[in-house]
Amino acid sequence: MKAFDYAAPASLPEAVGLLASQPSARLLAGGTDLLVQLRSGRKDADVVIDVKKIPELNEISFNPADGLTIGAAVPCYRLTADAAIQSHYPALVEVASWIGGTQIQGRASLGGNLCNSAPSADSIPLLIALGATALIAGPAGRRSVPVDEFCTAPGRNQLAPGELLVSIQIPAPAPFSGAAYLRFIPRNEMDIAVVGAGASVTLSNGVISAARVALSSVAPTPLFVPAAGESLLNQMPTAEALEAAAKIAQEAASPISDMRGTAAYRRHLCAVMVRRALELAVARAQEIN
Amino acid sequence: MSVKVQVQTTINNEPVEFLCEPRQSLLECLRDIVGLTGTKEGCGDGNCGSCTVKLGDRIVTSCLVLGVEAAGESITTVEGLAHGSTLHPLQKAFLDHAALQCGICTPGFLIAADALLQKHPHPTEEQTRFWLSNNLCRCTGYDKIVRAVQAAAIEINGAAQ
Repeated sequence: MKAFDYAAPASLPEAVGLLASQPSARLLAGGTDLLVQLRSGRKDADVVIDVKKIPELNEISFNPADGLTIGAAVPCYRLTADAAIQSHYPALVEVASWIGGTQIQGRASLGGNLCNSAPSADSIPLLIALGATALIAGPAGRRSVPVDEFCTAPGRNQLAPGELLVSIQIPAPAPFSGAAYLRFIPRNEMDIAVVGAGASVTLSNGVISAARVALSSVAPTPLFVPAAGESLLNQMPTAEALEAAAKIAQEAASPISDMRGTAAYRRHLCAVMVRRALELAVARAQEIN
Repeated sequence: MSVKVQVQTTINNEPVEFLCEPRQSLLECLRDIVGLTGTKEGCGDGNCGSCTVKLGDRIVTSCLVLGVEAAGESITTVEGLAHGSTLHPLQKAFLDHAALQCGICTPGFLIAADALLQKHPHPTEEQTRFWLSNNLCRCTGYDKIVRAVQAAAIEINGAAQ
């Protein structure tokens, strides 16, 4: 790795100030993407700013009114061990246990997964399905961006120079709601999704009153498909309705062929994975909660 | 070259200070500066797990940690498992079950397995394989490793209820 300086600011204003004065700085949370990219020369840095000493970026907090706040640097192993997340967001526990393996989960954060903005990011389709927003801090203050608008191209996102992600905010789960993320990989663990699908469903008297669907690995960014969820509104969660929504998601995908699968294979998988994710989300919504 | 940084940390229950460049990984610091060469480098990008160490309350691949990040932390490496000349039960089980051939991956497996047994005193085969999925072994085919870990679990924690 090329030489760089290291800073570990203890507060958000200090971090924002450092970022403003150091145009070629890179932010370090878990380092599971950044250090690989720096070592291989894909990215450069004069200064690496470690954000893990900033209290707001290390916070997990849940309350039934405001929902869940996950600090941008909270590593996956803390998410999977958190009692509130286990009981209110089981799909988040699953996704946090699927990103890399045990050691990667000891470092990697959902904030880092979001900011790395890979088309294949495992957590992003679920965050989109859950209606998450990204809280950003920068020289002009704070702003929020829906996660479904955060990524703009492979490895690119809405963070402007001098800005950093503070936290991910997820609304409190509605009564009779459920969510799921499923991915297709040829192995059992430790792999990049050929196709990933996130879904959330809310039921009112057995009828779907809200639904959101998103995909990964089938477009230049994780892909929110509003029309797929909207097609389910005021429907019973029948096999036909879920299948129809999955077809809409499939139509929205624009996959490429690469070493993990052909475009045609991925397109086929889109419908399968979205249908299964919706089925699991519905099953969870039907459990007493 | 950037200015070197003094890092105060705890390694295998001993206070340790070392001087490193910010760009140096914890793995480099352990091996080349502190002289603890039990931790091995495999892939250098977090996939193979051979550089696994315990950092605070969790395990990490030390190739993806900067040495400077270890300031104030507590680290356990494979050198910290045995008590003097008495091997840790996991080390003994790996020998008894021939759970290694070339041995490069072994320190990482031992540290990862030790963390597993602290979380799950009697892990199932599936739990064991899932937990160890970040550790690659190109010699054994994993079966002997899984058996060794489960045998060590009984040795350490008694038979499962």
